Amino acid sequence: MAAINHTFTPINNTSAIPLEKIPVLAVDDFMQSILKSVQKSHRISSYFGVATDKIDTTLLYVILSDDDENRLFVGRTEITGGSFPSLTALCPQIHLFEREIAEQFGLQPIGHPWLKPVRYTRNKTSPVEPAVGDFYRIDGDQIHEVAVGPVHAGIIEPGHFRFQCNGEKVLHLEIALGFQHRGIEEALIGGPDKKTIHYMETAAGDTTIGHTTTYCQIIEALSHTKKTARAQVLSGIALELERLANHIGDLGALSGDVGFLPTASFCGRIRGDFLNCTGLLCGNRFGRGFIKPSGLGSDIDSTTVDTLLKKIIVLTKETKDAISLLWSNQSVMARFEDTGLLTGQQAIELGVVGVAARASGLSRDARLNHPSGVFRFFQMHTCTVDSGDVFARAYIRWLEIEQSIDFIIKQLTSLPDGSVTPSSNDLDKNCLSVAINEGWRGEICHVAITGENGQFVRYKIVDPSFHNWYALAEAVKNQEISDFPLCNKSFNLSYCGHDL
Amino acid sequence: MFKEILIRMIQGKRTFKYPKGPAPVLPGKFKGRPYIDSALCDVNCNSCSDACPVDAINSQTKTIDLGNCLFCNDCTDACHSKAIVFTKDYRLSVRDRNDLIIHPEQKEIELAKELNQQMKRIFGRSLTLRQVSAGGCGACEADVNVLGTIGWDLGRFGIKFAASPRHADGLLVTGPVTKNMELALKKTYDAIPEPKIVIVVGACAISGGLYKDHPQANKGVESIIPVDLFIPGCPPNPLTILDGLLRLLGRV
Repeated sequence: MAAINHTFTPINNTSAIPLEKIPVLAVDDFMQSILKSVQKSHRISSYFGVATDKIDTTLLYVILSDDDENRLFVGRTEITGGSFPSLTALCPQIHLFEREIAEQFGLQPIGHPWLKPVRYTRNKTSPVEPAVGDFYRIDGDQIHEVAVGPVHAGIIEPGHFRFQCNGEKVLHLEIALGFQHRGIEEALIGGPDKKTIHYMETAAGDTTIGHTTTYCQIIEALSHTKKTARAQVLSGIALELERLANHIGDLGALSGDVGFLPTASFCGRIRGDFLNCTGLLCGNRFGRGFIKPSGLGSDIDSTTVDTLLKKIIVLTKETKDAISLLWSNQSVMARFEDTGLLTGQQAIELGVVGVAARASGLSRDARLNHPSGVFRFFQMHTCTVDSGDVFARAYIRWLEIEQSIDFIIKQLTSLPDGSVTPSSNDLDKNCLSVAINEGWRGEICHVAITGENGQFVRYKIVDPSFHNWYALAEAVKNQEISDFPLCNKSFNLSYCGHDL
Repeated sequence: MFKEILIRMIQGKRTFKYPKGPAPVLPGKFKGRPYIDSALCDVNCNSCSDACPVDAINSQTKTIDLGNCLFCNDCTDACHSKAIVFTKDYRLSVRDRNDLIIHPEQKEIELAKELNQQMKRIFGRSLTLRQVSAGGCGACEADVNVLGTIGWDLGRFGIKFAASPRHADGLLVTGPVTKNMELALKKTYDAIPEPKIVIVVGACAISGGLYKDHPQANKGVESIIPVDLFIPGCPPNPLTILDGLLRLLGRV
């Protein structure tokens, strides 16, 4: 067992290692090691290409998470020529990463069963329109196809959904994204510069704190700086406030999707009030400008702490009232239960993370498995529910709301003293750094590779949505198409976080 | 049933009195319209424009383009003489793109004028919008969405969002308009019956914002379709958005 791990290099979360310490494996060894690791229930957190000086050579890097043992591993190999072996058939969770490598580096994953663009990135030689191309199709007299999007019926980001239906029943759903592609990863190369942190803040606007915290940990690791205890606690509070606002908003929206308006109305308002709490911290409701490398954009005084505490105590009671209505209302529960099923086995095979993984019984929470910042000192429980349906994904959110509120109140009443002023230092040259955090949707994984002068030669962002979109497609199989909005909301994945 | 009624009573009526009563209280660190004090400004120092991530500050004229500005504090942190301050003024919406350029000592923005009489007769009491996110990060979308909650209750002004462009009087667009959304935005615009209006929300939608020089994105909505109302911010506070919409309809 240990012998296999030796091929991949152990690395600590939020740390950096020199590139020379990561051996370049032969392609076959690299692929076999990935398969063996995944068989031992390691998870692929990231898998990406890095361009080299030589035109026909690309490096592939993989980051594997061993959640049970709280360890991370990094491995790399060198691909020459135009192709690499696909592992998708044996290891489904890698499928989208391989498609991404194919799109970004023009490498053919040999044996990939469903090779299509991920983001429909335009290049000069062959402009592709998004979502144009072959979709999985079922033929037959009784079968009809439903195409939805890119522009959706609400105030929501764009994406294209193609359903194959038999009557009301969904036999297959294929999701084509890429409409939100803004070219963030490409723009990060050569950084960090004055724009970098703002790209992080807008990579997925509802996860500003999550992505920015993760980026700052990368910079801190590469520059040998760190946040003071006070700054770490405050950024932990901001992360949990982000979770609260989004989870409460989601429960309200789920309630609205089944036509139960009391909770929908109450939660819509309470969500806004939690965003206002983040506004109290830093002036911006989404936490823009708050998290900085090795510090914070601003500190809070004791009056603000008191105001925040008072607000949160009132909101706690109101949240509890509003959400408790869901669990005692039979018509709500009838719609939530047994809808949009994702089994634990499916979740394992697809590498699902976050709320969706925990709702299928998997104990996956980076705050516990790979803790960083304040979560190294304050242990969060991982909440799980086994049923894998819309109810489970809703109920997990409620459990996490309770825990986050508890965390925030405890931290606010015992805030450490100290300065939060950011400092800066040069970045280590020729290093790789990885940082993982549990954003409100799930695992956020950033990897930075620096070059000769300490600039980024590659910066890879994996939003939890990247792991989870396919799980949504699986969950709606054999459901009624009218339940799609409900299933979709129960995952509530990010389009821009996926498209970058 | 009784529990629902009881909790409804405890939650109470939550709709803000604004615009008839006072506006909701903004947090102490809220950043609204910037003010540039040229008496404090060292003309030869370009720290602010050098620090600005989106080149919103013109180092020659010392003006700030709110159509680009992320309201991020990078310039105020960089300025040694504290010549730039973000005031609490949340009213930022304009009809003319050039009105978003803030000059030194400028204390008032040429705020959005209401629609002309004919348009106001059609839309003044009922305005149905179609929202298109064209590369928006989700923050502008969230702050538009929040206007539909009971706190803001956008419906009381006759403004609502439709699920189809055929049912809409206008578009509300967020995001820099990615190349991958350009066609969808044009088609949505064309599907709206005349006369129609276009409202853009956020720095990305006004100028392309952070993404304006990316080959994957356009320089905002105006490069694709004509725009009637600009609401700046990254993202704008819901109060700023509501103020803009109400100004357009002549309601504040």
